[in-house]
Amino acid sequence: MGKPSGRALLHDSRARFGITVLTLAVLFALLAPLVAADPSVQRDIVATRFLPPLSTDLHGAFHLLGTDRFGRDVWARLVFGARVSLGVGFLAVLLSVAIGLVVGAAAGFWQGRIGVMLLGLTDFALALPRVVLLLLLASLWQPSAALVIVVLGLTGWMTIARLVHGEVRSLAVRPFVESAVALGVNGPRVLVRHILPNALTPVIVASALGVGNAIMLEAGLSFLGLGVQPPTPSWGNLIASGRDTLVNAPWVATAPGVALVLVVMAATLLGDAVRDRLDPAGRR
Amino acid sequence: MLRTFVRRGISGIAVVMGVVTLMFFLIRIAPGDPALLLVGPTATQEQLAAQRQALGLDRPLPAQYAAWLGRFVRGDWGSSIATGRPVRTMISQAWPATVSLVGISLVLSYLIGIVVGAIQATRGGRLDTTLSIVTVTLFAVPGYWLGLMLVMVFTYWARALPSFGSAGFDADFLTGWDRVADRLRHLALPLATLTLIGIGGTARYVRGAMLDVRHAPHVSIARAKGLSPLHVTVRHVLRNALIPVLTLLGLSLPALFSGAVFIEAIFAWPGVGRIMVEAVGARDYPVIMAATAVSAALVVVGNLLAEALTAWADPRLRVAQPSAGTA
Repeated sequence: MGKPSGRALLHDSRARFGITVLTLAVLFALLAPLVAADPSVQRDIVATRFLPPLSTDLHGAFHLLGTDRFGRDVWARLVFGARVSLGVGFLAVLLSVAIGLVVGAAAGFWQGRIGVMLLGLTDFALALPRVVLLLLLASLWQPSAALVIVVLGLTGWMTIARLVHGEVRSLAVRPFVESAVALGVNGPRVLVRHILPNALTPVIVASALGVGNAIMLEAGLSFLGLGVQPPTPSWGNLIASGRDTLVNAPWVATAPGVALVLVVMAATLLGDAVRDRLDPAGRR
Repeated sequence: MLRTFVRRGISGIAVVMGVVTLMFFLIRIAPGDPALLLVGPTATQEQLAAQRQALGLDRPLPAQYAAWLGRFVRGDWGSSIATGRPVRTMISQAWPATVSLVGISLVLSYLIGIVVGAIQATRGGRLDTTLSIVTVTLFAVPGYWLGLMLVMVFTYWARALPSFGSAGFDADFLTGWDRVADRLRHLALPLATLTLIGIGGTARYVRGAMLDVRHAPHVSIARAKGLSPLHVTVRHVLRNALIPVLTLLGLSLPALFSGAVFIEAIFAWPGVGRIMVEAVGARDYPVIMAATAVSAALVVVGNLLAEALTAWADPRLRVAQPSAGTA
């Protein structure tokens, strides 16, 4: 198991694509006020609504991706929406990873009754229809970005738990762990200091894939009106808002969708590349 | 073998029961009162209390649960709070639409996905790269957005295919082939959306599985025996690579049903997913519970089928032996 050195990774075109797109997306999201005008400022609706991409309105403002039915700049909404979508996706995965790490590590390390119970819980949660649960949870409480994060986090930890469980189990019988135990290091310390750091790499790969998935699900919930609420832009409700104007302003729904696809692709390809680097036996 | 399946069947039923129990309590602890929705905001306290009593919402939670579970198991699913229609009727009319949409798309996406993945793994080179870009794109496309794009192109621009419902408004007056054609035209866009997304995931997985098997000793021996490359690919590489793919089929069912929820919402496809989305908005408890139970049951049954298929494809698994710690 070699560590994925950054330089080696850059020789992989998938990793280069992934890193470039994700870096750009994060940069645009962070620097949103610098690269676009605040989309919530309402200007002259009549003069600016439904302008096609690459056009200039009567007031001389340039619209890279056109405007929507309220005359709002699609590029600005996209960039500010990236803050919400990427943020929600990232935080949701962080929550999933935290829960998955605890459950998986505990189940792998204490293999007795606790382990069986936790694995049973994981398998049960895996069998739940995730979107059904998401729909239900998101509709029962007041929809908000925070709720989406919690709901996505609570329904996404199982694969991480499975992965960590497998890693911890196989690491627990390795000589370096046994020697730590023999030296009298207590259980939790062995787990946290000796086992978990060695189990983290596959978790990182799974999280990269998970971020893409979480962004997609957030958009799905927002699309159905159960996620981030307008006028706060998120890629999902941007797509939803463009749904009614597909005929006369197709760019409103197209732009956020393309952005979404690019980011999910980037996360997937980067995850693939890192996994192949970690697993020299397979692929290529 | 049989014993394994009986055991899996029992645990499947346990999962479905667990799901509906979880849903029952989640719905009850969440804010939002169906009685209030029914009587409206102008109702008096007495009217509200009477409505709550009529729905059985005034009794303690465990009693509500026991009563509900008893009726549910006996097949008495109550009637919709919003429309008053019997839930059994609503679900029994809806689930064939979902199963046909998901079923056909499952078959198509696996057939096409396996062929594409096999071609990629065998041919390699530029064709592999091109197809990889296509499949990862399909994998990354959200279903609802792909659906919208297809509607934009085929309904609004080309004016070729309908994008609403499963039959035209005049479907009742059509006979014979016209009726079939009408159905197929309505099926085309939702089916294409769901299938295209499925192809991405399947092809990616088949490609990886085949590359893993390609260097196995039995494949080298088959080649050394002078078997034709096509024969080796189909009988020795693909067949072994399909075993994890069949397992994936079981695992991907929940995702497929999830995808179908969005697709049904976009195309107004009259299935369980659409009923669920509508019921969730109206806090229609009986309908939500039934739709949830049916989706969970469909997923469990699908998983059992996938497991049976895996056992059929892989003789090693027919000896019912619990394998320890598969990571």
